Amino acid sequence: MFKRIWAWIQKFSSPKHFYRISGKMIPWFAVPAAVLGVYALYMGLFVAPTDYQQGESYRIIFIHVPAAWMSMFIYMVMAVSAGIGLIWQIKLADMIAAASAPIGAWFAFLALVTGSLWGKPMWGAYWVWDARLTSELILLFLYFGYMALQSAIEDQRTADKASGLLAIVGVVNIPIIHYSVEWWNTLHQGATVAKFDKPSMHIDMLIPLLLMAIAAKLFYAAIVLIRARNEVLYRERNRQWVKELVEKL
Amino acid sequence: MLKAFYHLLARDLRLAFRSRHELANPLIFFVLVVTLFPLAVSPSAEVLRVMAPGVIWVSALLSVLLSLDRLFKQDYEDGSLDQLMLSPNPLVILVLAKVCAHWLLTGLPLVLVAPLLAMFMYVPDEAIGVLMLSLLLGTPVLSLVGAIGVSLTVAVNRGGVLLSLIILPLYIPILIFGANAVDVASDGMSVRGQMLFLGAVLALALSLAPLATAVALRITASR
Repeated sequence: MFKRIWAWIQKFSSPKHFYRISGKMIPWFAVPAAVLGVYALYMGLFVAPTDYQQGESYRIIFIHVPAAWMSMFIYMVMAVSAGIGLIWQIKLADMIAAASAPIGAWFAFLALVTGSLWGKPMWGAYWVWDARLTSELILLFLYFGYMALQSAIEDQRTADKASGLLAIVGVVNIPIIHYSVEWWNTLHQGATVAKFDKPSMHIDMLIPLLLMAIAAKLFYAAIVLIRARNEVLYRERNRQWVKELVEKL
Repeated sequence: MLKAFYHLLARDLRLAFRSRHELANPLIFFVLVVTLFPLAVSPSAEVLRVMAPGVIWVSALLSVLLSLDRLFKQDYEDGSLDQLMLSPNPLVILVLAKVCAHWLLTGLPLVLVAPLLAMFMYVPDEAIGVLMLSLLLGTPVLSLVGAIGVSLTVAVNRGGVLLSLIILPLYIPILIFGANAVDVASDGMSVRGQMLFLGAVLALALSLAPLATAVALRITASR
């Protein structure tokens, strides 16, 4: 039984097979991502009610929060697939991890930019050493470290394993970093930041937010497949099937 | 197994004491960096007292970071790292011995010189003990976690900046709690919580970091 599953996994995760299947899968993620994203943005920016406290400026939440969620989600995906690659020596998992890192870094960056734009009207400054913003910044640094290590090592297999281990070490550290930053923040900030404890969100705001989060996940799925396909072609560039593929073009 | 631990520890210490000038470098660096702050900011006691815990801790962090190279670099270059990996003793124990030696040579001197810097920075007398204790609990973690980073980057050319890039984010919790403990102690309050946290992180790092370092060394050696 296990042997058959294992054989199936190995067949499916072979780069050639993945390349063929993923090409068919991309539209199934990309199209719903676009439709859902546009719909959710319309709902969020035009239909959702104005916030009684923050006025219209709160609407950046529909970009900011999904981006922040994604940056954390992608780090988890990265660490898990790096772990799979490290333990079961599945090359495809390493490629998914490597392909995910820049996307996650961009989401973290987006969350920081939108966070600081949101901070300007709310806190009166573009940057406030708020616990969540600080954690997000550290997460961005963790992404940078992963990508730097990945590109610094020439041998691809070693680069995958080394950066994969770093991703796993990072995952163990993330909760520690998160809670220590939170703790640090409550000590230092206190009353200087007007903390708006969000009361339970209005349902008309919550629905576009959740839709936007789903759209972001679908978007990630589509992009990571595209990037992983490029990675496959690049890494297998000397293999027969890639050469045949190129000749057909 | 214990014998292997002891022999490797003794070997590393002996090697280090044969090049004594290098031994003092991280320590001098530590004192030097702290000295820069009164020159750059202001020599007034009030300003320095506020900055002191952070400045001393950041300098300790950088000093350990710069000395991490010593952990595996030489052994990697002369091949003794490969010999260690071929030995029948568990690599985790050997890693632990090397980290121990590294801490004794860099972390412990920082702890011992800290009172001098506390004086430079006008840290109140009652906080000096806490400063030393926080460094005593924190610097082993810096060596342990740093070992993971060094073992991943030891084979990379010009890996110095890369090492800081991947290791510094992981040092943040230690920095927060270490510096805060000194800060709180200067105000005469209890630092039980901070010390417990540092102790907990030390226990965690002591049990997990050598495992990760051993895996990282095998990855590095496999190329």
